[in-house]
Formats: sequence, structure tokens, C-alpha cells
Amino acid sequence: MVGPEAETEQYNFYALNFPKDHPALDAQDSFYLGGDVLMRTHTSPVQIRTLEHYPPPIRIVVPGRCYRRDPFDASHSPVFEQIEGFAIDEGITFVDFKATLATFARRIFTPTTNVRFRPSFFPFTEPSAEMDVQCQICGGGGSGCAACKGTGWMEILGSGMVHPAVLENCNLDSEKYTGFAWGMGPERIAMLRYGIPDIRLFFDSDVRFLEQFS
Amino acid sequence: MVSRRWLEALLGRPLEGRDIADRLARQVAPVDGVVPIHQDLRDVLIARVLDVKQHPNADRLSLCQVDAGNGVVEVVCGAPNVQAGKTYPFAPVGATLPGGLKLERRKIRGIESNGMLCSAKELGLGVDQGGILELSTEAPPGTPFLDAIPIADEQIIIDVSANRPDLLCHKGVARELAVSLGATVKLPELPATGYRLSGAHPRKPDSRKPIADSAVVDGVEVRLEDPEGAPRYMTAVIRGVTVGPSPAWLATRLQSVGQRPINNIVDATNYILFEINQPMHAFDLAKLRGPAVVVRRAKPSDTIVTLDGVERKLTSEMTVICDAERPTIVAGVMGSAESEVTDATTDIVLEAAYFQPTRIRRTRRALGISSESSYRFERGIDMLSLPDAMARAIELIRAIAGGELREPPLDLWPEPQRPRSIFLREARVSQLLGVTVPRKEIEQLLSAVGFVAAPKDDRLAVQIPGWRPDVTREVDLIEEVARLRGYDSFPDELRPYRPGTVPDAPSELTLRRIRDALVRSGGGLLEARTLPLGPADSPDAIPVLNPLSADESHLRSRLLPGLIRRVEHNWSQGQRDVRLFEVGTVFNRPSDRQTVRPSEALHVAVVLTGARHPQHWSDSTEAAKLPDMDIWDLKHHFELAVGVAAPSCDVQAAASGSGWVAVERSGGEPAGTALPLEADAPRWAGPLYGLEVRIAVQPRELPRYEPLPTQPPVVRDLSLVVPGGVSAAQVEAVLRREAGSLLERLDVLDEYRGPGLPPGTRGVTWRCTFRAADRTLIEKETNTILERVLKAAEATLDVRRRQA
Repeated sequence: MVGPEAETEQYNFYALNFPKDHPALDAQDSFYLGGDVLMRTHTSPVQIRTLEHYPPPIRIVVPGRCYRRDPFDASHSPVFEQIEGFAIDEGITFVDFKATLATFARRIFTPTTNVRFRPSFFPFTEPSAEMDVQCQICGGGGSGCAACKGTGWMEILGSGMVHPAVLENCNLDSEKYTGFAWGMGPERIAMLRYGIPDIRLFFDSDVRFLEQFS
Repeated sequence: MVSRRWLEALLGRPLEGRDIADRLARQVAPVDGVVPIHQDLRDVLIARVLDVKQHPNADRLSLCQVDAGNGVVEVVCGAPNVQAGKTYPFAPVGATLPGGLKLERRKIRGIESNGMLCSAKELGLGVDQGGILELSTEAPPGTPFLDAIPIADEQIIIDVSANRPDLLCHKGVARELAVSLGATVKLPELPATGYRLSGAHPRKPDSRKPIADSAVVDGVEVRLEDPEGAPRYMTAVIRGVTVGPSPAWLATRLQSVGQRPINNIVDATNYILFEINQPMHAFDLAKLRGPAVVVRRAKPSDTIVTLDGVERKLTSEMTVICDAERPTIVAGVMGSAESEVTDATTDIVLEAAYFQPTRIRRTRRALGISSESSYRFERGIDMLSLPDAMARAIELIRAIAGGELREPPLDLWPEPQRPRSIFLREARVSQLLGVTVPRKEIEQLLSAVGFVAAPKDDRLAVQIPGWRPDVTREVDLIEEVARLRGYDSFPDELRPYRPGTVPDAPSELTLRRIRDALVRSGGGLLEARTLPLGPADSPDAIPVLNPLSADESHLRSRLLPGLIRRVEHNWSQGQRDVRLFEVGTVFNRPSDRQTVRPSEALHVAVVLTGARHPQHWSDSTEAAKLPDMDIWDLKHHFELAVGVAAPSCDVQAAASGSGWVAVERSGGEPAGTALPLEADAPRWAGPLYGLEVRIAVQPRELPRYEPLPTQPPVVRDLSLVVPGGVSAAQVEAVLRREAGSLLERLDVLDEYRGPGLPPGTRGVTWRCTFRAADRTLIEKETNTILERVLKAAEATLDVRRRQA
């Protein structure tokens, strides 16, 4: 599933349970085109567009460009890629959520990679979680490792159980249906996986960089 | 940011910074860093001055006999407050002080000094209070200063999410840590001076019963005219305070979280903010006209000069605190210099309020200022605990600044609120978490962080503490259960699932086909990702209202300009051979005037410059002679791109005579162009070509099986002389038309220009493959066809057979 890159505040924020006039909006500083139209700050509006058009069970992956008003530096880009995952059905639990994402992490890194989930906050998930994998540079030892700042863990994605308010905003019975969602930055994961030090390299399109991954 | 020492004071036990970070990350919020502070005092020792004598050669200097644990040394001291029998921080010879100063033995006015007795400023501990820093410690001389005085600290930088204002103070963080440590949180005592805890505390003042909207407290009239903006407003009057520097322990606490001590009254209010999250404000009563405190909406004519010296225009969206005449504070955001507490202040009015969060947010955004107070009000503070915060602030101020509270604080709360309650169903917990958590465990987990759970029918009635504005429905409590139990405690075993109803997005499938086709074309194309933001690339480009820079002011309506910039970047890096493609979204004016949302389309674009292919060992050793890509490479790639991205189009020569266009067979706008490009090229660069095609998102056409031929082909090569102005495509069209269905394939074998041909013409050789499905063709048949074809070509295009 995919969705438009220019979105309305309704899809980008409010249908996703962002309260109006709330500091949670500050982390999503946006490019506005006029009125309530902005460049989407995440791929999560596609959750809403999907629920409006398809009945559960839903299991989708949503790749797409996202925009935040962050100036370029080594780890920030005003434009970045996101890959969203979203599953809605009867009987989906926190255990299914953890199992799916842990399996994904072990497939993309190594079958023995340690994974941990930590509490986090996103208005559209509850419980919310951040997933860490064992640092791929130091192997999780941590001590003196610059890549994981000595913690032994690398933050990979934000996720959680879909907030019932999101389902209710799409006229779905939140007592009957549950689900989970996650969003990750492929640039960030590629940086961790391949040891790329600066996100700007992705946008330079230097052929010597691109050839290393062709 | 919290201080480890401060948390230790609340939890009554030693802690370790890394361990705190790990516990917080697993249970509640990630920690961005643990920063040690005051580690630069590790050379400083505790020393006792045994004897003080006048320096023989200087009036203002003394000679001190100092016991620093390792024998008695003589030290020259310039501080007026040095006294025999007292204890001070001492830097021995060889010690390095904050700022990097290394102490050496040296003569001062003729007498050797073996070290230095230090002031607070020299130790980086704030302003000097009349000379060297007098310590009240039982630690024996020679004890490292950092062991005796609790200031070596770590700042723990917590990434607090917008929904958890309670984590913006030490008590809130300690509350979370207490769960995993099995500790209890107790507010530390508030000593009057020094670093030692003292006894004697003032009696905790009682709050008055909540009353309506105006009253008088100790001669000050307080009117709450904007209960929407300030639902609860408390005031206390303290008379006879002595404003001065804060005691060392308080200054240290504030410095440990990066705050600069100002004076004991302001520091006390800041302490309360960082300890229990209640922003407080102290006014100088003498400067309050009336004396009155009026809480009202601002009038459009109101202005105020805030503490930062800027005159601000207010709007009726904002709440202000006024005296009898004019505004003195932008409520919850910033005070004014006018009502500030100064050294001359003797009577103060203390404010503890709950301001409406969205009101504060709009106000600070409109004014473009924010403060530690507005940051907390905006997220929601604990309205129910205002009296506790007020009592603690009064206790602290009376301990460190004296003064008298003649009347209990006034509590204006026109619509008192009770703690909220939410029902929690055990069945819903297991439905969501996938694990059965016994009711007893749920109750224990929740009560550990301040919720009060009681069984009611078959549910739990859970009372929400005032400091948790984020908990508003059942699912929020389930998250509390999950995180306090520990996310690690849940299994992660894969179970079967039902596949979803949503089909794969046709656009993604189309993009994948295009990427595959271009990457596999063998042309060495690399996929680029350019910024969709740039300078306006057409008169109709969509502007961004709040761009980061003029270079990124518009959305792209074409891909090529961005790709050309990438070619130029590669040239600037000395790369001559650049073959890039991009697939991506472009933006155009919406056809529907009702919306400003642009229409979005997918394009594919290619840029080509430099060598046709990478050098291979079988090429000539003269590497420089590798051919550059030319216009035919462009056409080849254009046909490839059009074939996969816009299969309903034909490639035709552009009417301008340069390049090609992709024309819809059913008519309408061309779907793409291919042409030589201009760019900021270095002299050594090859020519640059580019193409861009609008992608038709459609399901892939399934190939239909054609029966394999059973008859042999007849192959004939045809060398023709083509006059200038006639394209090969035109010739091919005539050949195909005249040859009919027996002509299976038509391929250009060769092009020749030069001697032997009439000027202005070129020779082109086509290979014609004929085949009949049902019989073996005989030569006579193909000869007849070729004669017919040649006649037509000569008649319509003046194309003749080339004579050998």
C-alpha cells in the first residue's frame, strides 16, 4: 500500500490520535504548502487510508518518502524514506507484535541477533515500543563503542499496538480488532548495517558511493 | 535532565549513572547521555586552618598553618574570612583546578606558599561569598573534597516524551526508579545552610478550603477573573525575608541541572520546579500596586516588558497576571523585570498555579519565547498537588531566607476536581497483551507508580494520580502494566495468522519493474535519490510556505533538474562517467481548485555522460579512445524507459529536430522526452544526455504465447542511400508497410557516411528477416517483395539501393 506525499493535517496527525495544540506535534516540524496541507512527516497516514478502503484482516507494508523540517546534518535529512508496517485483525496481541518484529530483525541482521523492546511514545500506538538490536559494530559489548555510545544496543524502529482511537477514527470496532504497527528508516538501518557515517551520502548520488551497493 | 545526587537524596541510597540509564530505558524513557560534572575537583582536599597570622609584608594577606592530612604546611591566603579552627577546600601544590590551572609552589611577597585555600568561584561552584568557601564537614583533613562534599555528580539526560511531564522532575524520575530498586521516594530535608542537614522545620501550613474566585490573603487582594486559563491559582504572602545568596547545597543542586543560582528566593522556586515539577513565581510585594494580584485574559492593548528586556504585545488568547493597574507576568511563560525579586525585597507574594496547557502553548508560540515553566505547563502539571508544592516552597524559603507566613496560602479553585478514575478489565489486558496477568499483579504494578486500584464488580477501578495527565483510557493503563512488568517478560513466539485483504500497490509493482528493467539493461545505470525540494523548476512549481532555504523552496515538478545537479556533483568529484536514473514523485498544480494539495505523478528519468561502458582488458590499451555515449545511447535508453514505463507510447523524433518524444498512440500530451542537456560542465566532461518519462501505473500486460516457427527464415540485407533530412524511422515505416506480414524482423546493421556516397547522404544497411508460418519461402517471393519495397522507398523518400 502507498499514499500521497502531500497530506492533510487530518490524515497526518489528527486521525492518528495526535491531540490538537499538543507538544507531541513539536517533534514533527513540517513543511506546509498552505492551509492544512503539509508534506507528510511519516508514512502512518497510509494506515488511515488503508482502513478507509479495506476491511480487516489487514497486513501491509508501506514504503515512502517523508519530510521533516530538519536541516541536513550527519544524521538528519529534511527528506527521508520510511517503511511502515501495519497489521489489524481479531486476536492480534503484544506477543504477536514482538514475535513478528523480532523475527524481522533476526532476518535482516543475523539469526542470533539479540533484540529488546523498550517503552516509547507515539500517539497512534499504545503500548508503544522502540526496538533495539544488539550493536552490530561491537557485538553488544558496548564498552568504548562509538556506534552504540557504549550501550551495546542500536535503536532500529518505533512501533507498538495500534491505539484503539485510530481504529475508532476509522469506524472500526476497537473492542473486536487489535493490531500492531511499526515504522523504520531504511537510511538509518543501512547506516548501522553498512557503517555509513553520514546520511547526506544517500542524497549526493556520488557514483563511487552508489557502486559500492550496486 | 536530572542529577544523580539529587535522585540519591530522594531515594535514600547510592546510585550509579549507567545503571540509572539502563533501568529508565527498560522501564520508561531512553537516556541520551550520562555526563559527569565536577570531576575536575578530584585534586582538592579538605584542610583545617590551625593558625592565622598577619603576613609580614602585606596588609591584606595572612599566613596560615594548614593541616591537609599530610603534615602541616604554610599557606599564604588573601581572603578576609579565613579563621583558625575552620575547614576549607585546599588545593595542594601540584593540583589542577577547574579551567586547567596547575598549582605551583611560589613565593608571595617573599614568603613561600604551599598550596591554596579555595573560594567557591575558584572551584567552579558559584559566586564567592566573602572569600574562601567555609565548609561544615566532619571529614578529617586530607579527605578528598569530592568524598566529603556531595557535589561530584552525573547529569542524566533523559529523552522525555511529550506525554510524560512527570519525568521532567527528580521526584517523577525517582518514582520510576523506586519500582525496580524496591525503594521508596521521600523528599529530602531542607537545611538552612551549608551542606549539612539541619533539624527544626517550620510547621507545614494548611491550605484554606477551596473557594470561589477572589479573596484577600495577608492584605493582598487576589482575583481570579480567567478560571479557564488558570483553573487553580494559589498565593501566599511571606513577609520579612532576607534576600541573598543561596546556601551551598541549594546552589549546588541547581548547578547540577545546569541552572545558574540567582538569589535564595528565585533559587527556591527553581528548586521546587526541578524537584516536584511545580513552576512557582515570586513577586516583590512592594512593587505590586494595590496591592492586588489579578489573573485575567490580556487585552489587545496590553504590553509587557518581559525579563529578557523585550516589550511584548499581548492578545486576548493569553492569560496575564496583573497588579491593580497593569500586567506583570505572562502567565506561565515569563515574568517582567518590574516585579522581580531583588536584594532590596523584604515581602514576597508566592504563586503556584495550574495554567491551561493549550493556552500556554499558543501563548509561548505567539510570543516566540519559552521557559522551564512554560515547557511544563504546556505538558500539564499536577493540579491536585498544588498545596503540597506551595507548602514545600514556603518551608524552603523560610529555611533559607527567613520571613513569616502570617496567613495560610490562598487557594482559588472555582471548580475543584477530584482524581479521575478509569476502569480496567483483566480480560482486556490479556486480549491486548496476549498473556494473562493476574489481578493481584496488575494491582501491584499500578500502585508502584502511584495509581490506586480497587476491585469494582469484575473490573478494577483505577484512580489516576494528578501527575499522569497522559493516562486517559483503559489502554493507557494496559501500557503501564506491560512496561512495569517489563516488555522483556513477554514471549515472542510466532503464531499463525490470516493473510490480509489489501493487494500490493500497482504503483510499487510498476516501479519495481522499471527499476529492474533499467538496472538489468546492462548500461551500468545506478539508481540515484535526489531531493524532491529545490529551486522552482517551472513557472508552475509548488512553493513550500516555510522552506529551510531558498535552494529548497519548491517541490520538484520534474526529476531531470535534480539529476543534473547530481551529475555536476560527480563532475566536481572528478567523476567523468555518470549514468544515473531515478524513479520518484513529482508535484504539479492540482486540477481541483478546492484544494492546495498538489497532484502527484511518478516519473522516471535517466542522465548519461562519459564512456559508453567501463574499460575492459580486451579494449584497446589506449584507454582514452573508449567511445563516449552519444545521441543513440540516449535513444536506446529512451526506448527502454518508454517501453517499460509508458508502453502505450511510441518513440518519435522531436519536432524541434533534437531528441525524441514519447507520443501516446491514442493522442494527448507526450509522456516523455529525451534530449541533449546543457549543464555546468568541466572542459573534460563528455556530452550530457537526459530523458524523463511519466510513468503509466498499470498492471503488467501478460505476454501471450506465440507458436514457435516451424519454417526456416530467409534473411536479406538491404543497403540503402538515405538523403539528408530523412530519418531511419521513416524508411523503416515504408519498408514495413510495403513488405507486409511476411517481414518478421527489421534491424539496422550499419550506418556509413563518407567517400563513395553523394554529399549530404548516408548509407544505412538493414537486415530483413522474412518468414511464412505455413510454408518455406522461396527466393522469388522475397525478391518480389524487395523490389516492391525499393520502388516505394524511392518514390516516397528518394531512398535508393546503394551500388556496390
